[in-house]
Amino acid sequence: MPNNKKMYDKGKVMVGLCIFVVLITFPFWYNLGKAAPAPEPKLSEKAKAAKECVMPTAYMKAEHMQILNEWRDAVVRDGKRIYENSSGKKFNMSLTNTCLDCHVEKAEFCDKCHNYASVAPYCWDCHIDPKEVK
Amino acid sequence: MLEKAFIGTKKYYGWMTALLAVIGVGFGCYLWQFQFGLGITGMSRDVSWGFYIAQFTFLVGVAASAVMVVLPYYLHNYKAFGRITILGEFLAVASVTMCILFIFVDLGQPIRVMNVLLHPTPNSILFWDMIVLNGYLFLNIIIGWKVLEAERNNVAPAGWLKPLIYLSIPWAVSIHTVTAYLYCGLPGRGFWLTAILAPRFLSSAFAAGPAFLILLCMIVRKLSKFDPGKEQIQSLAKVVAYAITVNVFFFLCEVFVVFYSNIPEHMDHLKYLFVGLHGHGVLVPWMWASMILMVVSIILLVNPVTRKNETVLIVACITVFVGTWIDKGLGMISGGFVPNPLHHVNEYVPTLPEILIALAVWAIGFLVLTALFKIAVTIKEEVEGLA
Amino acid sequence: MESSRRSFLKIAGISALGLGAKPVLDVLASSGETAAPITMKGENALTAKQWGMVIDTRKLQSEEDLEPMIEVCDKIHNIPKFENKNHEIKWIWAEEFKHEFPMQEADYLDDKLKHMSFLTLCNHCEKPPCVRVCPTKATFKREDGIVLMDFHRCIGCRFCMAACPYGSRSFNFRDPRPFIEKTTPDFPTRTKGVVEKCNFCAERLAIGKIPACVEVSNGALTFGDLDDPESEVRQVLRNNYTIRRKPALGTGPSVFYIV
Repeated sequence: MPNNKKMYDKGKVMVGLCIFVVLITFPFWYNLGKAAPAPEPKLSEKAKAAKECVMPTAYMKAEHMQILNEWRDAVVRDGKRIYENSSGKKFNMSLTNTCLDCHVEKAEFCDKCHNYASVAPYCWDCHIDPKEVK
Repeated sequence: MLEKAFIGTKKYYGWMTALLAVIGVGFGCYLWQFQFGLGITGMSRDVSWGFYIAQFTFLVGVAASAVMVVLPYYLHNYKAFGRITILGEFLAVASVTMCILFIFVDLGQPIRVMNVLLHPTPNSILFWDMIVLNGYLFLNIIIGWKVLEAERNNVAPAGWLKPLIYLSIPWAVSIHTVTAYLYCGLPGRGFWLTAILAPRFLSSAFAAGPAFLILLCMIVRKLSKFDPGKEQIQSLAKVVAYAITVNVFFFLCEVFVVFYSNIPEHMDHLKYLFVGLHGHGVLVPWMWASMILMVVSIILLVNPVTRKNETVLIVACITVFVGTWIDKGLGMISGGFVPNPLHHVNEYVPTLPEILIALAVWAIGFLVLTALFKIAVTIKEEVEGLA
Repeated sequence: MESSRRSFLKIAGISALGLGAKPVLDVLASSGETAAPITMKGENALTAKQWGMVIDTRKLQSEEDLEPMIEVCDKIHNIPKFENKNHEIKWIWAEEFKHEFPMQEADYLDDKLKHMSFLTLCNHCEKPPCVRVCPTKATFKREDGIVLMDFHRCIGCRFCMAACPYGSRSFNFRDPRPFIEKTTPDFPTRTKGVVEKCNFCAERLAIGKIPACVEVSNGALTFGDLDDPESEVRQVLRNNYTIRRKPALGTGPSVFYIV
């Protein structure tokens, strides 16, 4: 009967396994005690005054990228530029001219959470941040 | 069987390391291209496809040539080719891999490549090209691997492989036809708008591919104990002889049609390639070299005395490969774009980073080819008791 | 314990399936919200079945006459200016007769046509080859006839550039932003790796304005619905002899030239 209880190259395997575990848990033990505080995006004065975004805040937090995708297909492909939300309020579907018109500071609002979550959407390669245009 | 690719002679390790070095350099250049944009290449608003797509077009042909070994063996029982079908199939795998990589490095927004699958567009030939290329890759990987494995285990290949093998035969023709259809349906490009483009692609493919396979067989014979066989090499040489003759004939047909009809718009492209146009003619020496090489190879291959001499055969295969490479890999793309639809002449010359990236893709292809051939040859040696 | 490895894998697989099931069911269980939002066109939006343009070359003789049209398009669409001609981006520009209409070239052209500059732009063809070849429908023909680019979807394969018989398309070989003289915030820039071309000012049509080049042309350019027999553009076509670029190719260009 074959001996399937003996581990071949036990020493090398164990050393390799230890190195692997150390490497793969690197992000955890390297950042021990350095947890960054939760991000707090700053609402602009205009946004605070408006009280309500395009959709309810919780929905926007989770699904704003889905809404933006819907908007880009509607504007570019269907030629439709007006968005009526579930409460009947109408918006012009534009990242630069609607979202940033109200939320004003990309660096204080969008980037706060994006930087924390290490998300780098490439919207800004094309869509203009009004603050960056001199 | 894969472990056989990791064990070899010093020369084997040296060759693979050299390839990895070329890949490394080219990959660095690609990172630069990814960050900067395709502006580091020599492509322009007028010549919007260049070296990368040209290499892709040429290599699709080399990949399709596996059918030249598979068809006689499986459809017509030409037993001799049984020794080398695996080599043809593995050459196809390496070639299609390079094709897919060349398309990838040519994309302006490669991270969006999945859009081709997310938004399928059957009216676009590029959609079909993606399907047939990937399909052919999988077919050859599965067929090659399983048949080789069966040979190693001294059993007949599994029954379900037969339909796949039969499928791979028209599929091989389709990959190059679809690639030709990328070009020959474009109304604004007179140089490509010809029914003979697909046949010409196939004929040049069936010349270049088997010629390269012959060279690979000679290398295999020299570097290992497995001999693909004199008869096999001679049969392949006959295929190359006919294919290259037909290719040059098709080209002469195009020359006749263009110059006898005397339509300026059509003549301009061939004039640009062979005598220059409006003072621009960077490709002229290359095209004439290609013609001379192809004619020389016809003479050497059609004549049985020179064809049977294996040293001369090596020279003939190299001339075929280089001649067809210049024809497809340099002339065809530039010829189509110059002059542009508004009759302006803007030439295209690849830049150094572009060439380095292209070399890296070729090196990846050679890496895959060497590894697969190492596996196949080692197993053949074992099976024949030569090891 | 002959099959211990096999049974281990079986148990591991089923556990993974079980652990993965709960989050999936959670997502599926959460139902939708209140009334579904709707999208619509603006009230002022101009609509048509097939937008078309007639360029009266009798009113546009020299290159200076064409400059206002070219400049306004470049400005409102953030067109970059490159030194390197290979990378140039142009949506509307000037060409001579022999380049604009190469099939109608003649040795003995009348003097006027020989030295005239012609406005060159995308023809927004009825049967566009560029739309036929695009593998992602990033180039598509909208219901109002405009051949439009969806810059979000373009993978930069440049098949459309090979297919266009008129050389109307440009590719972003590099990031255009450093080369834009003055950025207009109303319209996005593009990014490296996508193809672009004239869009018949779709963004202006959506808010009730005619294309910018037509607006500054002082009546030399007429714009309207080719499908509407009563439109101004159809009237102009009825009353004047017009030619189109490479009509024999069957693309059905929507841009006409009164010569």
